[in-house]
Amino acid sequence: MRHAFITLNAIVLREAQRFVRQRGRFVAALVRPLIWLLVFAAGFRAALGLSIAPPYQTYITYEVYIVPGLCGMILLFNGMQSSLSLVYDREMGSMRLLLTAPLPRWWLLFCRLVASTAISILQAYTFLAVAAAFGIRMPVVGYLAVLPALAVAGIMLGALGLALSSLIKQLENFAGVMNFVIFPMFFLSTALYPLWKMAESSTMLRDICAVNPFTHAVEFIRFALYGQFNGPALGWTVVAGAIFFLLAVWGYDPARGLLRRKS
Amino acid sequence: MRLAPLFLSLSLAAPLAAEEIWVTNEKDDTISVIDVATLEVTRTISTGERPRGITFSRDFSRVYICASDSDTVQVMDPETGQILFDLPSGEDPEQFVLHPDDRHLWIANEDDAVTTVVDTQSRTVVAQIDVGIEPEGMAVSPDGRIVITTSETTNMAHWIDTETHELFANTLVDARPRHAEFLHDGAELWVSSEIGGTVTVFDVATQTEKAKIGFDIRGVHPDRVQPVGFEVTADEKTAFVALGPSNHVAVVDTATYEVKEYILVGRRVWHMAFNSDKSLLFTTNGVSGDVTVIDVARRAPVKTIKVGRFPWGAALRP
Repeated sequence: MRHAFITLNAIVLREAQRFVRQRGRFVAALVRPLIWLLVFAAGFRAALGLSIAPPYQTYITYEVYIVPGLCGMILLFNGMQSSLSLVYDREMGSMRLLLTAPLPRWWLLFCRLVASTAISILQAYTFLAVAAAFGIRMPVVGYLAVLPALAVAGIMLGALGLALSSLIKQLENFAGVMNFVIFPMFFLSTALYPLWKMAESSTMLRDICAVNPFTHAVEFIRFALYGQFNGPALGWTVVAGAIFFLLAVWGYDPARGLLRRKS
Repeated sequence: MRLAPLFLSLSLAAPLAAEEIWVTNEKDDTISVIDVATLEVTRTISTGERPRGITFSRDFSRVYICASDSDTVQVMDPETGQILFDLPSGEDPEQFVLHPDDRHLWIANEDDAVTTVVDTQSRTVVAQIDVGIEPEGMAVSPDGRIVITTSETTNMAHWIDTETHELFANTLVDARPRHAEFLHDGAELWVSSEIGGTVTVFDVATQTEKAKIGFDIRGVHPDRVQPVGFEVTADEKTAFVALGPSNHVAVVDTATYEVKEYILVGRRVWHMAFNSDKSLLFTTNGVSGDVTVIDVARRAPVKTIKVGRFPWGAALRP
């Protein structure tokens, strides 16, 4: 048991150190959503005419609508970036060393998830602080309530990254992940437009958005930011997270997983 | 057990304390009644055709409604929602103001270019005063000596002496003046101009223009910024100006005439009403068919409540 926590501690610390050392990565992770918020959303500010849907009680500007989606974007990109570094680790050997530790593999992977999620949460809060500085503020209780939501969503998206990284043989393949996973996941969700807006263009698009786990992660965050609990969104996020995590554990299992097939 | 009398008194007091905002729905021919405590519509009352202006008598025992397309001002018992009687109002009454004497209604007759004075007790027309074309905005000074009618097409504020029923001044404002109010104990008159996109401030003693307030909302085309109704806070330091199809309410400092900020509300915001302690402001949003509630201290919208089609006027029933 003690060993398990020493490992957790070590992995989180290692991620944290990497994070501190790579300031550029932190800034880059922050710049992306801020560009969306301050450039993209500003153009749509008054034009979109969002109608009122829960958790909102009144009309909101597009900038306010997009904030939870951009928190989700941070978690999504960070989850993927973390899995990218895992591919790198595996190529360079430190991951092989880690995976030989005398602890259950799922625990090692879970530690990795916790580490990357902790950093994602830090980035999401920094983003919320910058947004608040630009006048886009949430209720005070929302800033507290969003913590568990960010954690659950972060672990789900991190688990997706882990599962994907088990499929990727080489670093170069990550561009494919960007095109085929990150972008569709982000754009086919409620991060940028509400479901009813999607339905206006196509009901099929709406249905795809409605089953996208990223949609539910974003909605869970959105409700939490207003101090409200969205049970179905939590359920979807947890189920998707569990499936992705099981896939990752299977993928990283040297006896059965894809690692064996590749080697 | 000792608490029982307290609960009893509270439960008895509750219905009396139920503050309401009455909203006229222009296209539904109804009034939506919003409970201020719960911010929900508690009942809907039928009226004459195209209800617009709405105001209560001083003791709140009667509510006056401009039923524009019925060419009448209806007098309703707010307890029962029954129309007690109609007042002769002249054609197409749009807006009116109740004189501080609690007896005379001054009504703008949009189609007839007149202002009609009606005695609500004898139910007779006391006077009709020729004003500019398409009169709409109505205001009365706190001392009851001056009544203002604004005419949408002539683009003027007409100053009427309430004793003689004569015009004693006409002042030009920007295009399509919609609403007028006296501020600071009747020292200032504010007139909003819908197409001009401004609010003109007059010195009442000299009837001269003192200031003009313009509006500029980021991301909204200036053509859509159309000031209509406005209300001032209890301390009269802040005015809230409804800006029509820009879907925003401006917050204006009444000392410097500067716009401090803009609050997003529903589509085509028209008139507004405060609750009794003026902590909440209710805006009627015509096109979106709802009422946005603004927290006055925080200057932030807290909730938007669905009402009937094209809500127009709003009045408080404490």
